[in-house]
Amino acid sequence: MAQTVFVEAINQAIAEEMRRDENVFIMGEDIRRAVYGATADLLDEFGGKRVLDTPLSENGFFGAAIGASLVGMRPIVETLTSFMWVGMDQLISQAAKMRYMFGGQATLPVVYRATMFYGGGSAAHHSDRSYPMFMNMPGIKIVVPSNPADMKGLLKAAVRDDDPTIIFEDGTLFGMRGEVPDDADLPQGELVVPFGESKVVREGTDCTIVGIGGAVNHAAAVSDQLAQEGISVEVIDPRTLVPFDKQTVLESVEKTGRLVIADPAHKVCSAASEIASIVAEEGFWSLQAPIQKIASEQVHIPYTPSLEKHVYPDVPKITAAVKRTLES
Amino acid sequence: MDIDRDLLLLMLRRMWMIRNFELKVMEVHAAGEFTGPAHPYIGEEAVAVGACAALEDTDYIAGTHRSHGHPIAKGGRVDKAMAELYGRVDGYCKGKGGSMHLADYSIGILGESGILGSSVPVAVGAALAAHIKGEEFVSLAFFGDGASNQGALHESMNLASVWNLPMIFLCENNQYAVTTSYADTVAVEHVSDRASAYNMPGLLIDGQDAIAMYEATREAVRRARAGEGPTLIEGLTYRYEEHSLGLGRVRRGEYRTEEEIESWRQRDPLVILEGTLISQGIATREECDAINGETVEEVEKATDFARNSPFPEAEDLFEDMWANPIPLP
Ligand SMILES: Cc1ncc(C[n+]2csc(CCOP(=O)(O)OP(=O)(O)O)c2C)c(N)n1
Ligand SMILES: [Mg+2]
Repeated sequence: MAQTVFVEAINQAIAEEMRRDENVFIMGEDIRRAVYGATADLLDEFGGKRVLDTPLSENGFFGAAIGASLVGMRPIVETLTSFMWVGMDQLISQAAKMRYMFGGQATLPVVYRATMFYGGGSAAHHSDRSYPMFMNMPGIKIVVPSNPADMKGLLKAAVRDDDPTIIFEDGTLFGMRGEVPDDADLPQGELVVPFGESKVVREGTDCTIVGIGGAVNHAAAVSDQLAQEGISVEVIDPRTLVPFDKQTVLESVEKTGRLVIADPAHKVCSAASEIASIVAEEGFWSLQAPIQKIASEQVHIPYTPSLEKHVYPDVPKITAAVKRTLES
Repeated sequence: MDIDRDLLLLMLRRMWMIRNFELKVMEVHAAGEFTGPAHPYIGEEAVAVGACAALEDTDYIAGTHRSHGHPIAKGGRVDKAMAELYGRVDGYCKGKGGSMHLADYSIGILGESGILGSSVPVAVGAALAAHIKGEEFVSLAFFGDGASNQGALHESMNLASVWNLPMIFLCENNQYAVTTSYADTVAVEHVSDRASAYNMPGLLIDGQDAIAMYEATREAVRRARAGEGPTLIEGLTYRYEEHSLGLGRVRRGEYRTEEEIESWRQRDPLVILEGTLISQGIATREECDAINGETVEEVEKATDFARNSPFPEAEDLFEDMWANPIPLP
């Protein structure tokens, strides 16, 4: 097992998929010189036709990726969540809807890699965590990896999936190190993480935390700390929000009777809201305490660190929420 | 004229097919046989037919809300198109798309789009695929004069130009977007003038003349296949009918005069093409009338086919959401 940095895991996944299938290509802004790191050295290996620097035209090139995917290509688009607003029409009117609208004739194996650079003083225009908005729109698969190995395996799965996918890459994790298994050590010979399979990150019996993206790691830290106080916290990482593996969450809540959801998105209509509603509907009789949603405050992201630090789920907030569930 | 006789007769057949299809659609829509918006292409037939006559089945098109003419011009089936308008299982999209979303992936029709300008970047993507793979096919996007003001179109023209893509931008300038005159909304005199901003040829063509549309598109296709990049073609044309079926009922006030409509009817694309074919001895009056009559019959059959096709069942609701299906939430 190699220790790999999150952004290198992205790079490995892209390069391996481009090597495996010549229909895979990547496009985005400033990717040839890899200003965000994930596309390093791709130009040298694959050449300019498959590594395309685009004009600043998100609506245009988001759509071009769709069109290319319709005729046999498997495009990967690099962008930031905050720039997706500009290309929303293509994502919603075309990517999400074409297959259904055309009675199954259209197949769109297109992947958007959307990085969420929050938490570092980027202010309101560059800090979006917008996956819940896309969960509301049927037709797009939604992936939020929380560590290098899943990042690599889920991106490879996304490239191979025949449906449009957005991978929300948590920018707070770009420097995270983690074990990424070598292909030779894997029974299937390569690291591909299937969609719709949650991972139990910590096992526990007193309370369940479902974490999304970077919040998974906060939740794991909470679990480790509370273990010293004799509180046993299970941590679940759904890994994909569409499809969402509700079974693992429902079974965990059946065991623990308590649920905290830690979600870096804004609190209203968040992924946390949806997960809470699923458990309220289908796991109500397991609950021994009210569900706690720890999501970002319903304000824009302020620039100054003295304010920004109050916005997101963090270890103290999640810890307090777990303790609240144990009071009842 | 260096155009094959068979191709000319095919063009005439497709133009009559569109005309008679649309007349039938207006009749059955008025009779309440199906609901939902439908945008007649009557008067504009030469634009799509001339353009598509220059394409192969392996080339791609993407269209607009005014959506019946493009697939028929590209060789699509009127029975499946009509069944789609009726919302039936045998429709092109099994009743899930309706009038504004006809598509036939077996012959390169990537689909019509209800959101103006939105299908243009998609069409550019098909051209991008040809470019990356080094393949010969080209891609053509239809859009209206109104949609020519969409950012998506401008981003697309720039993309196609900087990447030198085998792409044809085809503006159907029928001079109005619903009730708004293009002169009031387009800053240049002709939509084709916009080509210069994207360093590509911009051609202003008589959109009532199918042969002129064909010749212009044929040259654009030649350029595209030869690696010379994209072309913008503007077909100047006119829609005879209301913007969409039923819309006229609530409209207040006129936006165009009877004289203007009449003057364009005098330049009917079918009259013009038949006139050329007959005067040049390519076809007789009787042959032209026979083609018209055959398309009337085919449209009748298509309408019967549509009426007799069943509606989808409730269990079909969730079909076609995903290529790799996932559980319902
Ligand atoms: C993005 C968007 N805005 C507005 C509309 C409503 N709308 C439908 S057709 C139309 C006019 C289109 O004009 P044009 O592009 O010239 O095409 P035409 O109808 O004349 O063929 C409008 C405003 C729409 N469908 N999509
Ligand atoms: Mg118009």
